[in-house]
Formats: sequence, structure tokens, C-alpha cells
Amino acid sequence: MDTSFLNQAERVLCHDPIISLEDVCFSYEGMKVIERLNFVARERDFVGLAGSNGAGKTTLLKMLVGLLKPESGQIKLFGTPLAAFRDWQRVGYVPQKSNFNPLFPATVSEVVTSGLYNRSTIFKRVGAAEKRKCSAALEALDISALAGRKIGQLSGGQQQRAFLARALVGSPELLILDEPTVGVDVETQDSFVRLLTHLHQHHHLTFLIVTHDREMLASFLGSEPAQTAGRLKFYVKHSHAPEDCEVAELSHGGDE
Amino acid sequence: MDIFLDPFFQRALVGGVLIGVTAPLIGIFLVLRRLSMIGDTLSHVSIAGVALGMLVGVYPLGMGLVFALAASFAIEKLRKEYKTYAELSIAIIMSAGIALATLFFSLGRGFNISVSGYLFGNIYTLDRLDLLLVGIVTAVTVLFVSCNFKEMFLLFFDEEAAAVSGLPIRFYNVAVTMLTALVISAAIKIVGALLVSSLVTIPVAASLRLAKSFKHSVILAVLFSELAVVFGLVLAAWFNLAPGATVVLLLIAFLLLTFLVKRNLRV
Repeated sequence: MDTSFLNQAERVLCHDPIISLEDVCFSYEGMKVIERLNFVARERDFVGLAGSNGAGKTTLLKMLVGLLKPESGQIKLFGTPLAAFRDWQRVGYVPQKSNFNPLFPATVSEVVTSGLYNRSTIFKRVGAAEKRKCSAALEALDISALAGRKIGQLSGGQQQRAFLARALVGSPELLILDEPTVGVDVETQDSFVRLLTHLHQHHHLTFLIVTHDREMLASFLGSEPAQTAGRLKFYVKHSHAPEDCEVAELSHGGDE
Repeated sequence: MDIFLDPFFQRALVGGVLIGVTAPLIGIFLVLRRLSMIGDTLSHVSIAGVALGMLVGVYPLGMGLVFALAASFAIEKLRKEYKTYAELSIAIIMSAGIALATLFFSLGRGFNISVSGYLFGNIYTLDRLDLLLVGIVTAVTVLFVSCNFKEMFLLFFDEEAAAVSGLPIRFYNVAVTMLTALVISAAIKIVGALLVSSLVTIPVAASLRLAKSFKHSVILAVLFSELAVVFGLVLAAWFNLAPGATVVLLLIAFLLLTFLVKRNLRV
């Protein structure tokens, strides 16, 4: 798998907080959904977020990406309070599958390229560089053959890969996924989880994933949550021991 | 044919060609957001504005445009108020528009005849001022959509993703709402308020059946609408038919044709 387009400039520090939540509260129509939540995800953490329906998982994600405002408390991304945060190209986001209109006449490459659009690209044309990035992302997720197909005609697993490609195409440092394995068969789920763990091991990426996938939680993230807040459970896996920070070598070695 | 040299017909053709570009261009975004019916609502409110304009002696199309703009903002506001019932806001404003229009009609019985030109469209009565208005609306719409094409694609494909990538969502939503109001009110004199939304939706409905990509669907929609407008106006002039209705019926014919073509391709 060639994911070289994801490698970024080297960081000096290894354990910078990427997501910090300080006393975050949120209510929905008078009901407290999230109460005084404190949590920190550090660089290259893989965070699995679990919890029963209505526990506030999607609410939390929406607050993180600025779609909802916390009632009180503070959220920081990359150390910057959300209100002042502008580097949205550092964040890749894969919303729940149901969010798009399946009859929308968009091709896979149109969708993937749209991952490159942000505030700073307004009025700029899509050029050769963007097309290159798009084909690299398609290649990395093994969906190059689907580039010209319409997104609504793909299978669930293929759509999932297309949306992940869109999230990755801008070389983000933080990847936020909302139940990426919902509604696809077990085999596709497994290969998707393998893809994610590969990305986690070999690239400079921090993950936050909402998931009900018990197997992924147990086998990859451990059986005990690192932190529980209300009905939200945070399972955390770091890519390496804290003392190995200097070993920032992320090359693929001989693998795959 | 003499009619083609007639300045009335020439103005009609120019106006028709201009609206033929803008209506589907904005229409594709409305249809994809499941707001196909917004055209109907805005045109009915616009008619209320036209009636008021005639009543107080202000340029009717201009007054219609102001009404449509106000209505589009009211719809946006109500859409947020009733979050999951987007269509409710459209229904409410539509009733308000029809009620107001009826009220203004009854206040000024004398102008019933010229109002019907706005209801059913009377493209041969386009004057220079109307044409200028249509021209400006077309220029603004084409410029805005072509400059923001990729951002609008992302916004309408996946509003959340657009918000997360830091695009000024509210600005784009307001802009699209305003453009819709502009296009609808500019189009009512051409096909008539009762048929405006057909120009916004049917070319898009036909193009969605054949399009291979988003870009392709935009091009096809504009192509369908232009073909219908030009041939519709020529046919109407030739056989002395109602121009707006002819254009719309041609569009329906194209749509039916796409069903046939698609079926043949699949076999």
C-alpha cells in the first residue's frame, strides 16, 4: 500500500495534545447529555469512543468539528481553542454513512477531491497537483478502478473507502470517524479495521473513532476503557511507549 | 419568417436564453437539497409583490423581486425553526404569498389583465428594463456559481463535511437563497409564476437520469433547458401557441425521452 502522500514534516514534540476537552457540558432540550467532560487525546493516539445510544458520542464529535457549540467548558484542537481554530485542513472527518443523498450524481473522484476544498482554496482552480493527490488517495485505498463511478452506485464498503479517501486526501493529522463500520459486512469491516490500524502504525495520524465494533475495541484497543465519563467510554491506544518519542521513523520498512 | 425579425420576439428569445442558463444552474442545487418546491413558493410570493407594485405604481418585477428576497429569508429562518420539517416552511410562505396576492388583486380590480401576464407568462411583453434585470440576474448567478462551484458541490453533497473544512456555510446558504429569489422573480415574466418552478426542476430531473458526474449533470441540465427554450419559443411563434407552456411541455417531452433512452441503453 502506497500511502507516502500522507507523510508530513517531522514534529519536534511527540505528545502534544491534539484534542483537549475541559469541563465540557452539553444539554439537548434541557436534558444533560454531556456533563463536565475532561479528556485529552495526544499525538498519534488511537481513541475508540463507545457508549449506548444517546450517550452523546455523535454530539461530542459534532462539538469537536464545530457543528455544535458546547454549553460550557472549552474544546481545543492542536492546542488552539475551537473558536480561534482555522487549520481545518489538519482535520479529516468521515461522518455517518447516512449523511449523503445516494442519488447525488457525484463520481468517486469528485467526492475525494472535495476533501481538498477549504477556506483557503476558495476561488482557486483544481489543478494538476489536486488531481495527483486525489489519485494517490484512491490508490492508497485501493479504489482507483472506481474513480469514475457514481458514489451512490457503490457498495457500502466501497463508499466507506471513498469517504476515508476524501478525509485523507488533504493529509490531515487528526482523523475523526463516526461509526465507520456500520452497515457493512464482517469481512469488509475487518479489512477496514486493518486499513485503519495500518494507517495508525505508519503515519502521523491521531484517530478518534465512534464505534460499536466490540471486536475492534477488544482486540486492538484493549478490553478496558482508559476513561469513562457518564455513559461515554474512551478506549485509547498509543502507537508507541512514551519513552520512544525519538523513534519517529514512520517508514513502511518492508511491510506490504 | 417575419416574426424572427420582430423586436418583441428577439427580446423574448434573448430573455429566454438567459433564463434558460440560470434556472437549471440554480435548480440543480435546489433539487439536490430536496427543495424543488421552493420555486413555486417564491414565484407566488413574487406575484404578490408584482400586484403591490401595480397597485402603488412601482416597477412590478422589481417589487416582485423584493418580495421574493424577503420570502427566501423567511423560509431560511423557518427552516431553522422547524429543523426537520423543511417543507413546512415552504408551505407556510406559499400560503402567505397567495393570500397576499389575492388581497392585492381584489384591491386593484382594474389591472387583472396585466397580472395574468405574470401568472401565465407573457414573454412578448418583455421590455428593455425587464431584459436588463434578467441580464443582471444571469450575470450575477453565472459568476457566483462558476467562482464557487467546488465549494457549492461540497456544501450540497455533504453540508457537515463542508462545515468541517471551514467553509463559510452560512454565507453560501444565504447567497444561494438570494440567488434563487433573483432567478425566480426574473423568470416569472417569461414562463409565468405558475410554471417557473418547471424551468428550475425539469431540466435537472432529466439530466440526473443521464449524468455521469456532477459537472456532467450541470452541463446537461443547462443544455436541456436551452433546447427547450429556443425550440419552444420558435414553435410557439410559428403556431401561435402560449410560449411558456410550449417550453414547459417540451421539457416534459425531453424528460420522457430520457426514460426511453435510459431503458434502451440498459438493455
